[in-house]
Amino acid sequence: MNLFDYTRADTLGAAVGAEGALLAGGTNLLDLMKIGVATPSRLVDVTRLPLSQIEDHGGGLRIGAMVRNADLARHPQVLARFPAVAEALLSGASAQLRNAATTGGNVMQSTRCSYFMDPLSPCNRREPGTGCSAIGGETRNHAILGWTSGCIATHPSDLCVALAAFDAVVEIAGPAGTREVPMATFHPLPDANGVPPALAAGEVITHIRLPDPGGMARHARYVKLRERTSFAFAIVSAAAGIAVQDNRIVAARLALGGVAARPWRSTGAEAALLGQPPIETNFARAAELALQGAAPSGNNAAKIVLARRIAVRALTLAAAGTPDRMPALPASVFEGDDHG
Amino acid sequence: MTQTLNLTINGTTQTIALDDPRATLLDVLRERLGLTGTKKGCDRGQCGACTVLIDGRRMNACLALALSHDGAAVTTIEGLAEGDRLHPVQDAFLRHDGFQCGYCTPGQIMSAVALIAEAEAGLDPERVREGMSGNLCRCAAYAGITEAVLDATRTMTREDAA
Ligand SMILES: Cc1cc2nc3c(=O)[nH]c(=O)nc-3n(C[C@H](O)[C@H](O)[C@H](O)COP(=O)(O)OP(=O)(O)OC[C@H]3O[C@@H](n4cnc5c(N)ncnc54)[C@H](O)[C@@H]3O)c2cc1C
Ligand code: SF4
Ligand code: FES
Ligand code: FES
Repeated sequence: MNLFDYTRADTLGAAVGAEGALLAGGTNLLDLMKIGVATPSRLVDVTRLPLSQIEDHGGGLRIGAMVRNADLARHPQVLARFPAVAEALLSGASAQLRNAATTGGNVMQSTRCSYFMDPLSPCNRREPGTGCSAIGGETRNHAILGWTSGCIATHPSDLCVALAAFDAVVEIAGPAGTREVPMATFHPLPDANGVPPALAAGEVITHIRLPDPGGMARHARYVKLRERTSFAFAIVSAAAGIAVQDNRIVAARLALGGVAARPWRSTGAEAALLGQPPIETNFARAAELALQGAAPSGNNAAKIVLARRIAVRALTLAAAGTPDRMPALPASVFEGDDHG
Repeated sequence: MTQTLNLTINGTTQTIALDDPRATLLDVLRERLGLTGTKKGCDRGQCGACTVLIDGRRMNACLALALSHDGAAVTTIEGLAEGDRLHPVQDAFLRHDGFQCGYCTPGQIMSAVALIAEAEAGLDPERVREGMSGNLCRCAAYAGITEAVLDATRTMTREDAA
């Protein structure tokens, strides 16, 4: 790890525009510093900023960027109104990591592309213009949607997939004032030479806002396929919400994870579900639409099939209703299976 | 530049002068304070060997920048027993063969203490396994670990009721 100056920002004013890397829970930043991928000369500790509240906001919620992942997942109003957000959080990392990781840090975490995480491998995302080592390499973690020959990495967050599905908005404070961006388009897609940054220099995420989920509050699920049932990143995942009246779908949400450089929200799939009965053939058609344009970025064509199935599964489970208690194995594909 | 850090470790408040800001809480515990019960496995948040309680919450000391935790209360494996009287979780690990080589054990025990305090897993073995998934055991003593955590949960719930 390179040497750095450590400072602490006690007010938002001190953090906005500060030079250096923001340190929140440190579970991603310190990890990347240890392996020489992140080399900030200055760390600005933002953990003491007064942004640890979860507030009511209309029928929705406004979540401070410093709220820890574990606290967000346990919050009664998150469980009541946005159960897929809680399930996504609980399917990620470990209890220890969720106690440290923050909402803002989770959104800003780096890709788990193994070439990105190896400072000796050329990587357009780390160093624009150097090339992409993942192409032709091991691509199980890599994209099937929205990729270019410049970068085929995916965003690894589970939380962001559920946030994008339920119309979350990212509130940002910067030297030039405040702005907000929908979660679904917050993470830039790659261009031919690399990936533009999500935030400009000196910007800080202050809050995430979630609007009223309406009839989807108790019909929302997250499903995550991974190599082991706990403590592993998604190969593919899906967050879904469904509201049904008189056997017709009146609202639908669908976002896929592990497939692109951002959570892949599919408004086309959602629109196709409206007015239809909540049955599997309709879910399959929606999944097909969600994966329109999907193409393997390497030896990962299987992910297209897996993502389609996970989307159908998430929609089916959402239609069936959120269980009263969080499943013992959150987001597991083995739910209801004897191998649970 | 030397920066100072106040930590209350196992009940004793200490002021530590750090001349290198890179120190993690794990480094401070092991290298500065000689508290080597907390283990370094992966040093990257992946194994749980370094689990301690920070202000009562289980965290990976290897990914906790020490300076960022100025003012915190830290409990390590050394802080659990009262003299010769083992903590119920330590006692349960002994009785249920919750370890083999023992390297992961301090982390397992600290994680289990927190899991029981979180009171979400209860006596459901599946929830205990899921709740302990941040602690890997290279010897695969998992069956004994789960039994130990369940047993300690029972003991501690009885003690609470008494
Ligand atoms: C072993 C392991 C397993 C994991 N498994 C999963 C998993 O299954 N699913 C999953 O989703 N995640 C997983 N994670 C990732 C974890 O969720 C992230 O590391 C964590 O959410 C990052 O939050 P943090 O507060 O620790 O961020 P930090 O490490 O402190 O920061 C991360 C980045 O965000 C920036 N940042 C932090 N806060 C702000 C802010 N308010 N505004 C602007 N920028 C900010 C930092 O500058 C830095 O670039 C895993 C991590 C590890 C180590
Ligand atoms: S996929 Fe993206 S992050 Fe991975 S090596 Fe290529 S450019 Fe870098
Ligand atoms: S040493 Fe900290 S998690 Fe492995
Ligand atoms: S007892 Fe050997 S690693 Fe767990």
